[in-house]
Amino acid sequence: MGARERFLKLVLVGHVDHGKSSVIGRLLYDTGSLPQGAVDKVRRIAVETGKRFEFAYLLDAFEEEQKQGITIDTTRLRFHTAKRGYVIIDAPGHKEFLKNMISGAADADAAFLVVDAARGVEEQSRRHASMLSLLGIRQVCVIANKMDLVDYAEDAYLKVKEDMEAFLETLGLRSGACIPLSALEGVNVLGGSDKLPWYGGRSLIETLDALPGAPDFEQSVLRLPVQDVYKFDTRRIIAGRLESGLLRVGDLVAVYPGGRRTRVASMPLWPDEGKTEAVAGESIGITVADEFFNRRGEVIGHASDPPPVTRVFRASLFWMGKRPLIRGRDYKLKIATQAVPVRVRDILRVVDAARIDAVSAGAAHTGAVHAGAAHIGAVHAGAARPETGVNDAAGVEMNDVAEVIIAAREPLALDLFSVCRATGRFVLVDGYDVAGGGIVTGIESEADGFCFFVRGEMKVSCDLFEEYFYSLDEQAVNKRSARAAVYAVGNLIPLKGESFSYPEFFDIVSLPDDAAIRIRSGRVAEILPLAAYGYEGLPLVNGRGFALRVRSSEDWRRCLGDYSPNAGEDADFAAKWLDFSAYRSIPFTKGNWEI
Amino acid sequence: MDYLDALEAHSIYILREAYNRLGKLGMLWSIGKDSTVMLWLAKKAFFGHCPFPLVHVDTTFKIPSMISYRDKTAAELGLDLIVHVNREAIEAGLGPESGRLKCCAALKTEALQQVVRLHAFEGLIVGVRRDEEGSRSKERVFSERNAHDEWDYAHQAPEFWDQFKTEFPKGHHIRVHPLLQWTEIDIWRYIGREKIPVIDLYFSRDGERYRSLGCLPCTGRIQSSAATVEEIIAELEHTTVSERAGRAQDREDAYAMQKLRKAGYM
Repeated sequence: MGARERFLKLVLVGHVDHGKSSVIGRLLYDTGSLPQGAVDKVRRIAVETGKRFEFAYLLDAFEEEQKQGITIDTTRLRFHTAKRGYVIIDAPGHKEFLKNMISGAADADAAFLVVDAARGVEEQSRRHASMLSLLGIRQVCVIANKMDLVDYAEDAYLKVKEDMEAFLETLGLRSGACIPLSALEGVNVLGGSDKLPWYGGRSLIETLDALPGAPDFEQSVLRLPVQDVYKFDTRRIIAGRLESGLLRVGDLVAVYPGGRRTRVASMPLWPDEGKTEAVAGESIGITVADEFFNRRGEVIGHASDPPPVTRVFRASLFWMGKRPLIRGRDYKLKIATQAVPVRVRDILRVVDAARIDAVSAGAAHTGAVHAGAAHIGAVHAGAARPETGVNDAAGVEMNDVAEVIIAAREPLALDLFSVCRATGRFVLVDGYDVAGGGIVTGIESEADGFCFFVRGEMKVSCDLFEEYFYSLDEQAVNKRSARAAVYAVGNLIPLKGESFSYPEFFDIVSLPDDAAIRIRSGRVAEILPLAAYGYEGLPLVNGRGFALRVRSSEDWRRCLGDYSPNAGEDADFAAKWLDFSAYRSIPFTKGNWEI
Repeated sequence: MDYLDALEAHSIYILREAYNRLGKLGMLWSIGKDSTVMLWLAKKAFFGHCPFPLVHVDTTFKIPSMISYRDKTAAELGLDLIVHVNREAIEAGLGPESGRLKCCAALKTEALQQVVRLHAFEGLIVGVRRDEEGSRSKERVFSERNAHDEWDYAHQAPEFWDQFKTEFPKGHHIRVHPLLQWTEIDIWRYIGREKIPVIDLYFSRDGERYRSLGCLPCTGRIQSSAATVEEIIAELEHTTVSERAGRAQDREDAYAMQKLRKAGYM
């Protein structure tokens, strides 16, 4: 294999017991891709644990895994055929480890769905197939494994083929091939076998070699998300990875979401110089002719092909969080290098991939999946676990797939996933963890659920008027967003709600937004940067309406000192400085998820 | 772009993410080929600069020429180099004769914990590769360590689309792994292509060479006549012996590396 070749990235997914690891082990073994150490180690472990040597063990490096008989995480293994090199991403199938499957599968050029021919298509087979579709993987092949268990019978193979192809069709995917296989006995891996006289198709390796290569992003629209701006020396270098398109020195470009135009002056490089052109996939740096302020998160494109700029968009997402995704709750959205606070404004539809099974096959369930995204206003009290195709649910549970409208606090430069992958897919962070991912499917109009204080260019987000409730049915605290509003100097603000009551004279200090607002006689008296703000002895609340335990100028100085923009108002800061109950309470409510 | 270009671009992206998203950073430099490639990638990422210090955890048992090479190279390149030794353990007489795993735990794992605390690093850039050893194949690119430096590999958040772990509680730190997807042969092909200087211990002398560098008592040489980068590449294309075959601590028991790594080993 030469260094000029690129590897095709493959992922194998499927039910935990359907033999993915064995297929991978067999592929590596039959293509002579295993180092001696790996086989020795597995033989040693097999002896130590008193088990029979199996190909699947090659992929299990962990004690815990072998105890449980499941693979915990993703591995990357390379092998070569006579034609080209491949990287296999082993995607574990256990239900609880969906997040690991996603970690592996998200990067793949092609996917193989492994199905046990004796057991047929099961819940996880379907769930994984629907994830593949959401991850934007379009090349999918099916492997009917363990053919040895069904005596290589054609009807078992045809059942897997027909069931899986029908399901893939509902997802808008087409199976590239369905390959009968026995990983255990090594049948139909490299070449054909006399055990499968009825099968006229390609073997596994032949199927792999027939797949088209990785797509060519160089022909697409120009997208360079700004990753950082460096000034290590006299040069001011904008750094980023060219995600799509082609960029040349001298190109006229525009920087979004603002849209200011400039020209690419140079492409610095180390240790060489003289770079004049970059293609998709390269991590580059550029200098531009006009030195205006640039920051991480902006997207550079050609003015002739700009990315849509919006705060509201439609998306398909999958959820992996321990707690459900809740409409109206705050999350951090990361899309390319942009990171902004968002809320899920509407949950249009929840599809529990596993339950699609429960709906009768064929036209009936196609109908359910494609049911219009009619947005019904009312939410039924006590709406419990979302059903297949439920419209307007209030939450999305772990392992579910949903169609949603997302509202961001700031304008985003993004793309439809179909136009550009890198700027058309995102993750949602809940607390400290990535809890979901999705793809942009539509750009929406900008009506959204946020409140702001606005003075000229200054825009300060305001969550003072959110309502908190304790739901007796859900046994959890829920939050309802306030109606969207903009408050300027002179405007009255709502001092009393169902769960808050503010005094007529107080100050709001928003440390994350670096701003303060003075409220006098219930009106906005002043909106000013924190640097210009002085403590006047009135009560202080933060941007969420939580009182700050500040009684003196000295307290205020210490409070400011404890705040770090990087950590935000984290648990330590909150415990020390915030008092929830000074102006807020949490009234009881009967299981209404309305947020 | 060929596949080395793609690996390089991805590693540069990771280094830049670490520099932008994490607080105080340090980069482990073991003098070996991998971390030497990583230093080269950092200079590419930051246009000739390395905007964070290098950290060498010195066990005092390293192959002696590694130390002289380290000091010479640091001086030549003007590197900001932190050398850390677990003095208490050395003074308490710890060494290979105390038992290999115990020695690694004290002079490498514990020493690493000390240096992370001492400099309050929020991000530690480490040149481990997935193909080196089984437990490393489970790693994330941004891998969280708790306040006790432990790695909770069974409950790691998903990592995909290059959206890395940049949210974590205070007191935790992130191990950043820019070379996770490289293999041994990729490293040598890249060294050859970029003409990156590496220590001569890797090249055959008297029919033997080091394939992996570590402490003198616990690191063996392999039989090899490969005396140039090209010859090493040719040798690796045909070998079926694993890279760390010469590293004694891996062979203590089948799960030795996993146990070490869970507790904070690199």
